[in-house]
Amino acid sequence: MSFPAAIRWKGIGWQRLITPLAFLAVTFAVIFLPAERSGWNFEATVSFLAFFGTFVAIYAIFVLGLNVQWGYTGIFNFGILAFFLVGANVAAIVTKSPAEGDFVQYVGGFGDDLNLLPFLDSDQWLPSIVGILAAMAFCGVLAALLAVPMLRLREDYLAIITIGIAELLRRITIEERELVNGTRGLSGIPRPLDNLVEAADYKYVILAISVAVLIIVYFAVERGIRSPWGRVLRALREDELATAASGKNVFAFKAQGFVLGAMIMGIGGALYAYAASAIGPDTFTHFFATFLFWAMLIVGGSGNNKGAILGAYIVWGLWVITLQIQGYDLPDIISGRIFFIRDFILGALIVIVLLLRPQGLMPEERRVSIWVQRHAGDAPSPRAPPGEARAPSD
Amino acid sequence: MTAILQAEGVYAGYGEVEILHGVSLTVNEGEIVAVIGPNGAGKSTLLKAIFGLVPVSNGSVRLLGHDVTNLATDRIVAEGMSYVPQTDNVFPSLTIEENLEMGAYTRRNGIGDRLDHVFGLFPDIAPRRRERAGRLSGGQRQMLALARALMLDPRVLLLDEPSASLSPKMVDSIFEKIAHVNREGVAILLIEQNAREALGFSSRAYVLAMGENRFEGDAQGILDNEEVGKLYLGE
Amino acid sequence: MAQTRLVRRLDIWDRLNDALRAQGDRLLLAGLWLFFLTFGAWAILTETDAFAIGVVTGSVLALGAIGLTLIFGILKFAHFAHGDSMMLAAYIAFFLLTGTMVGDRTDTQALPFTLNDLPGATERLPWIDAFGGGDFSFGYGLLLALLLTALVMGGLFVILDRLVYRPLRRRHSSIVILAIASLGIAISMRSVILVFWASSPRFYVPGIRPTTDLPFDVRIVTDQIFIFVAAMLTAALVYFLLFRTKLGKAMRAIADNSDLAQVSGINTEQIVIWTWVISGALVSVAGVMLALQARLSPELGFVLLLPLFAATILGGIGSPQGALVGGMIIGISQEVAVSFDFISPGYKFSVAFVILILILLVRPRGLFGAKA
Repeated sequence: MSFPAAIRWKGIGWQRLITPLAFLAVTFAVIFLPAERSGWNFEATVSFLAFFGTFVAIYAIFVLGLNVQWGYTGIFNFGILAFFLVGANVAAIVTKSPAEGDFVQYVGGFGDDLNLLPFLDSDQWLPSIVGILAAMAFCGVLAALLAVPMLRLREDYLAIITIGIAELLRRITIEERELVNGTRGLSGIPRPLDNLVEAADYKYVILAISVAVLIIVYFAVERGIRSPWGRVLRALREDELATAASGKNVFAFKAQGFVLGAMIMGIGGALYAYAASAIGPDTFTHFFATFLFWAMLIVGGSGNNKGAILGAYIVWGLWVITLQIQGYDLPDIISGRIFFIRDFILGALIVIVLLLRPQGLMPEERRVSIWVQRHAGDAPSPRAPPGEARAPSD
Repeated sequence: MTAILQAEGVYAGYGEVEILHGVSLTVNEGEIVAVIGPNGAGKSTLLKAIFGLVPVSNGSVRLLGHDVTNLATDRIVAEGMSYVPQTDNVFPSLTIEENLEMGAYTRRNGIGDRLDHVFGLFPDIAPRRRERAGRLSGGQRQMLALARALMLDPRVLLLDEPSASLSPKMVDSIFEKIAHVNREGVAILLIEQNAREALGFSSRAYVLAMGENRFEGDAQGILDNEEVGKLYLGE
Repeated sequence: MAQTRLVRRLDIWDRLNDALRAQGDRLLLAGLWLFFLTFGAWAILTETDAFAIGVVTGSVLALGAIGLTLIFGILKFAHFAHGDSMMLAAYIAFFLLTGTMVGDRTDTQALPFTLNDLPGATERLPWIDAFGGGDFSFGYGLLLALLLTALVMGGLFVILDRLVYRPLRRRHSSIVILAIASLGIAISMRSVILVFWASSPRFYVPGIRPTTDLPFDVRIVTDQIFIFVAAMLTAALVYFLLFRTKLGKAMRAIADNSDLAQVSGINTEQIVIWTWVISGALVSVAGVMLALQARLSPELGFVLLLPLFAATILGGIGSPQGALVGGMIIGISQEVAVSFDFISPGYKFSVAFVILILILLVRPRGLFGAKA
């Protein structure tokens, strides 16, 4: 019996503990480490946790969008960086004031023009909302344009093409300096509702905003998935042929799922721009904006919205924990390399999860159709790589 | 009558679905044995179970007295059993000659004499030996598939619906070849939808239905049997 | 009677249709070749420098694409770890050659004995005097390092297959799962490079390298001739393997129909292992040549995936000659495109992307690819 199979067989009992254990471990470390490092300063720790929570919420939103595309629609999009980049940049250029100065160039800058309801202090919130809507719109249109040619490709070709598109868009933002200020990036992105409290306390406001948006998006996606439309989507993922045979326009559904997921990613990108207040090419690297989000979804559980959020929590938690560990007085041989070790762990984690627990920490709760049961067995998938012609006899 | 192949009480299936519920059959030296029955009877699964492609959960398969149940396919081929699937039974991008070479892959030393022998058996494909197998017509492909299975001089040959999707003329051709191969000393176990034709040149036959043995006997007897005729031969 | 006549007429129509389609496809292929050859001829004449560099980068891409096309064709998945594997191999060769690694803070000599310590290992290998120009920048030490690295990478690939890919295959995981797993492995490889050798670029041989003058006023680094020859030789060797050896034919059989290969008595798992061993060797050659042409840098691996996949798909999955041609086309196109003023050099790999899109629209099976 192979090693992973042995673990699976014997571990039915303690398998159920993995998810809560992982959650508790990360939570403990995320609270303990900053607390200890700040000398048990309550304020500093809470402040740290606020930052942590904000970005977990924002990344969770993004991963929810990815879950719609991959978990529910079955589209293998490796170019999610494109939507993150578009969402963030669009929100930034919509909400910022026009470009000023010799060294700052970008299009847009409608922030000042959006104060349409001054009696309600709309300059505090209206631009940000418009920014999010614009981000959604641009991401949606991009996805719609891409869907037509791309969705007819087989999955791995699609992955390669999406990488190319993401890279092309990234290149454009860097090379065409008048677009979004090239390598210098955009800074001073207005923060929604920042006059509400003192600057020092703003982090709680943005935390509240991010969590609120996350809750809205979560429930919206949950409703959508449980709707008849959502059921077709999931049936499609399990068995395209059967769904097509029952008369559904496969392409239309896939395109809709793709566009919807993209728009959600746009929301995530926009919120990121607001929270980080400055974005640039360094933010949109393949490792960060592609791999990390995919890692979050795989670790948390694809096809499961709660899993998407949990994955964001766990992976970002690990990320932040390593940052904290670096602050300690470690031997030079480790401290200089802690980030690389972290990257290695993340890479290995993805492989380990795929091997030992492919459904992620939080598996899909409900089954859509009997097609899933058929596919859960040993029947070979339509395009599986060469394996033994029969199922293994262990 | 030495038994070349013996399947006894074979239970087999895919995952949780059991398709064969205790099927037995014997193929003796020099025989052509046909397995017929309605669709979904498990004929194809039986062949695959014997050849080790479908896991056997109970029962046994013996080849020349050795237990080969659930043995790895390359071992089974080495023991002297060959199998021709119903579809996708040639390598389309390989040449005819290369296809045959693959049939004799496990053989260490030269296969030149074996190649000559097989080409002699199948003169239609011999002149096109350097052509890609994908270019062949349906009938020629079946010939090639059969030829490939003969490269290692098997004692018993398993054929999954050799006449499927062939024109009537080709069906005659292929059955003729099968009979010829059998005369050379290879025992044959074949399953067929085309029951009448198969029974026409087989020695014995088994009738399978719903994963179980229903009838067995010499081919003429089965052919004459009214009950079988009504149920399975579409009289 | 009337019915059979009708059927016969329809049959003729079908056959005519098929013949037309085949003819149309042949025309399309001819058109594509014409296009590329014309472009190549124009490029040689007008942008000779860019063309020359393009041939060299094309050679590197071709070397990578040959390995990638093997894995794609035989193991049936997109090996996203290919670029980073090339880089890892390059660094392993570097380590065997120089013994340099990052210690506590700066580089240290981590090996008591390195290949450079062998007598005469660093002496520059001479270029053929008759053709003029300078020597190569490296000695036989690098070649020895390459050989040893090929063994290491072959072994590493087999281990990875046993640990990761084979269990996934046995579970009948889809190609997407395998691709994601390879991505995780890619990240891990990159991290290993960073842990041991940090991020600043390195070179096998520091300093200025000897050059050779070619006709038409083109000056290249002599090493680049070596890279070009390596690519041609490797393509020829792999072609020989696939079409003239029993193992190669078995590989092609598995690429065609792995179930049938199994049924024919071929031990597919053994062939898979051989495929990984050979891929390991190919990745090593590709990586060392890449490092020779560009530099040793941890980031180079992943960004190379786009042009590598473009070259592989353009050439046709499963075809070593396709990988060679595809690599050359992509390499030359990239360099020539970027030599224009209005296309900034940052767009180099986007050129590969555009070509990929075009070939997927026009002829998805590529130049040498087999029909689906």
